[in-house]
Amino acid sequence: MLSQAFAVTAVNIRSIRERLGSSAVAVVGIAGVVLVFVAVLSIAEGVKATMESSGDPNTVLILRAGSDTEMTSGLAGDNVRVIQDAPGIAHDSSGTPLTSPELFVVVDHPLKRSGSAANVPLRGVTAEAFKVHPGVKIVEGRNFEPGKNEVIAGRAAQRQFVGLNVGTTLKWGESTWQLVGIFEDAGSVSESELWCDAKVLQPAYRRGNSYQSVYARLASPDAFQQLKDALTSNPQLTVTPMRAQDYYATQTQTLQGIIRTIGGIIAILMGVGAVFGAVNTMYSAVASRTREIATLRALGFGSIPVVFSVLVEAALLSVLGGLIGGAIAWAAFDGYETATMNWQSFSQIAFAFAVTPRLLLIALGYALIMGLLGGFLPAYKAARLPVVTALREL
Amino acid sequence: MKFLPMVWRNLLRRKMRTIFTVLSIFVAFVLFGVLMAIRMAFTMGVDMAGQGRLMMIDKVSIINPLPASYGARVKQIPGVTEISHANWFGGYYQDVRNQFATFAVEPESWLRVYTVEYELPEDQKKAWFADRTGAIVGSDTAKKFGWKVGQRVPIQGTIYRRPDGGPWEFTIDGIYDSKLKGADKTQFVFNYEYLRETIPERSGFRDRYNWYVFTINDPDRAPQIGSQIDAMFANSPNETKTNTEKAFVSDWAKQVGDIGKIMVGIVAMAMFTILLVTGNTMAQAIRERTNELAVLKTLGFGDGRILRMVLVESTFIAFLGGIVGLAVSYALISRGDPTNGLLPAFYFPTKDIVAGVGLVFALGLAAGSLPALQASRLRIVDALRRN
Repeated sequence: MLSQAFAVTAVNIRSIRERLGSSAVAVVGIAGVVLVFVAVLSIAEGVKATMESSGDPNTVLILRAGSDTEMTSGLAGDNVRVIQDAPGIAHDSSGTPLTSPELFVVVDHPLKRSGSAANVPLRGVTAEAFKVHPGVKIVEGRNFEPGKNEVIAGRAAQRQFVGLNVGTTLKWGESTWQLVGIFEDAGSVSESELWCDAKVLQPAYRRGNSYQSVYARLASPDAFQQLKDALTSNPQLTVTPMRAQDYYATQTQTLQGIIRTIGGIIAILMGVGAVFGAVNTMYSAVASRTREIATLRALGFGSIPVVFSVLVEAALLSVLGGLIGGAIAWAAFDGYETATMNWQSFSQIAFAFAVTPRLLLIALGYALIMGLLGGFLPAYKAARLPVVTALREL
Repeated sequence: MKFLPMVWRNLLRRKMRTIFTVLSIFVAFVLFGVLMAIRMAFTMGVDMAGQGRLMMIDKVSIINPLPASYGARVKQIPGVTEISHANWFGGYYQDVRNQFATFAVEPESWLRVYTVEYELPEDQKKAWFADRTGAIVGSDTAKKFGWKVGQRVPIQGTIYRRPDGGPWEFTIDGIYDSKLKGADKTQFVFNYEYLRETIPERSGFRDRYNWYVFTINDPDRAPQIGSQIDAMFANSPNETKTNTEKAFVSDWAKQVGDIGKIMVGIVAMAMFTILLVTGNTMAQAIRERTNELAVLKTLGFGDGRILRMVLVESTFIAFLGGIVGLAVSYALISRGDPTNGLLPAFYFPTKDIVAGVGLVFALGLAAGSLPALQASRLRIVDALRRN
């Protein structure tokens, strides 16, 4: 029976050429669905990749309890000092704890894409920040000098916002800033930001001596629990420490949720459409070979090989469609850089679309399922053909 | 219309093909509706934002609140009719994931500025105005958490904190609705006085508002009034940016950026692929009957008549799938925003429904007319000889 099945399938596949038109319809339909599926989800993958490259397992972020983003958090200066003395935090050779108190605000600055104002994140940091975030490297110009109105811009921010080049003067409100350098941080979310001296930013945003978050490096990855216990049991503090990885994972949940919900609805609807297209194609394939199939049956071929051959043909067409759609999505969208709003802190985040191998595999699987569903009814019809009437058909 | 039975027989000739063609068209038009709603949602309701309403924020950023004294000065400018202010509160219920739009406002002026956006009974309004710890909430949010008028609800804030760290207790004085299509019915709006008492004076944030919103008597004068106000506060510690609410919403939507546009773009492309493919199948169904059409011509049927017959057949298929698709899509979209309140302006705009019906027509005509024209140009003898 197996050899029968292969024989019928081989005949089938060789005859696809004769039915090029209707086969192309199925292939194009499925390619379209896969293209949309991959393209939409590559947005979510890209955002996720940016966030994942932002968290180091040894970095902890401390926010005021109840705040879900740095934007809404607030820590008084004396609380920051208490946090810096907590156990579990690594110290440098001179014995200073590796902690970085930071301010996180947004400034109105135009996007290159539309020329309209957007919330660009502006982070105030101290000299310690560059030890706590070791990935940050100045790649152009120089670092800002403490006490001066100088900023450095992330590489991604430079690409997305107007006029962020070394040497430009930026005016936000009453204060004027000199852009003195560009930094990179391995594609992480901080590349969407501008950084400056926290001590200069505090008065500009009327923050007194307060900060919004403290980043700290752990003495060892296991020291997190020790630090957490110490901070949460301290009556002077109401703070929540979390691993930077976990924090960044939650930061784009909303954005990813929107993309995945909409992407899911579209993919399901289009998938149903493509299945109907595949059904039509396979019906006409079976119809055009009615006599042939009946002849085979009359010669003693069983109905299972016939069913098998129809399903294999449908599967092949759908995988072909999947490959074409995936390839187009990859060529057109992989690495496409853009920025969008992070719904959690309402600030801009820059990222690149990522068509990952995982995504392509899921899409191919989806294409295969669509093809098999589409081939099922026609295959059943082919198996049930009454031999005598079918032979009589023109 | 004597040829209707013939059209019918033709449709039944290959039942399965007809059924699946109709279903494909159906799906394409359900998709069309969803697509238009998504497009609308990503513009964040720009179409609904008032032209006659202006907003004023701090020039550097909306997170820098403006002094309370600015309100009175704006009010004095000729042409400004009503003014109110708001603070973004970032409230959530029980779990930080249950966040919704929460504003602290001055209730009476707020409802004078927004007249149709918040519809609620007069007695609920009065109760809210008189209640320092009262709030009104949109019907969507009220439904989500099962809140009733009169209920006390604890709301935790992400930005502001009470000295004791606990949540703010609010009384739901009213649940608002709105007849505006796509109106945001997720907001939670409460009295600024209740928030004010928890802001320490030395913080420098008391009596400062994230934004002012005001109405003007002549929408055409919005640009002049806007620049007049910004000039008035120029070179002060808080310079301002004043623009129409529409411009702010549109900038806000642009911040979400091209990802919305890209999604709509690729889905549109794919939808047209489905239509093209289906149109081709429909045309194919007619093309393979060319010799039959020739027989009809031999029998004395005129070209016009044959064309009409074929067009009736193809538009019938397009209508069956397309109109039902649009209707189902409308029903699905009317169930509201699928993202739990993140894209409140999720609805099927009327002009897009009209466009959808037009597209159904175009599909039917295009799929039928090409093969019918080909057939009518054929010489009968050639057509009969084919096959």
